[in-house]
Amino acid sequence: MPEITSPARMEHLKRLIQFVAGHAETAGFEIHRIREIELAAEEILVNIFNYAYPGMEGDVSIMCRAEDGSLRLEFSDTGVPFNILDVPDPDVTADISHRRVGGLGIFFVKEMADEAWYRREGDRNVLMLIFDKHRQGAEGRGRTGNVET
Amino acid sequence: MEIENTGREKDRFIVAVAGRMDAVTAPEFENRLLDWINGGETNLIVDLGGLEYISSAGLRSILTIAKNLKAKQGKIVLCTLRDTVKEVFEISGFSTIIPVCESVEAAVKET
Repeated sequence: MPEITSPARMEHLKRLIQFVAGHAETAGFEIHRIREIELAAEEILVNIFNYAYPGMEGDVSIMCRAEDGSLRLEFSDTGVPFNILDVPDPDVTADISHRRVGGLGIFFVKEMADEAWYRREGDRNVLMLIFDKHRQGAEGRGRTGNVET
Repeated sequence: MEIENTGREKDRFIVAVAGRMDAVTAPEFENRLLDWINGGETNLIVDLGGLEYISSAGLRSILTIAKNLKAKQGKIVLCTLRDTVKEVFEISGFSTIIPVCESVEAAVKET
């Protein structure tokens, strides 16, 4: 199964996104759907870069697999235990003065992926996302949550 | 990402942005626009026709610019959004707080 590991730092974002986009393209996803997958991947990676390793260095890995017309991505890090799916959704109706962007990235992940599952595996955070060829979204469909290990 | 001033229509300052606005490039967009705003431009029309991708980092920068301009009684209008960018604006609700037009010409009339 194709996998990439990189230091969890912003200067590696481009290379990591290209890895994901390349596999989505090989799996026959259309360009619009590939952009949606890139969006979800960026939001997760940036969250890991910013919060997984406070005051220290660490790695992030992405595993990628095409199966039954869908694409499965697994993001893992050995940072502080954190389930990003627990981040509350932002208020997307607030006016400009009260608008905050915090939480929006994770909201995009839940909108763009068709399934989103978090598990803590030993010292690792593992987030598994499944993307169908056409977006239906995990949010509101009960296809997002924690996996007991 | 490429950012350039492509013209002026009376007091409206027109900027074209192309490429990808992500967590790496969004600060560059924000800083360029803040430079123009600090130079006295308060009515901005931003043509996103060449923008193929935007993430929450890009939205954060656009919100920063919009709040900055609101404090100066100025305005930012976006135009010519491609499908993927438009979708991100709709899901986030940004299309209800930032004016979006079909073309630069329509944006000139709007401002």
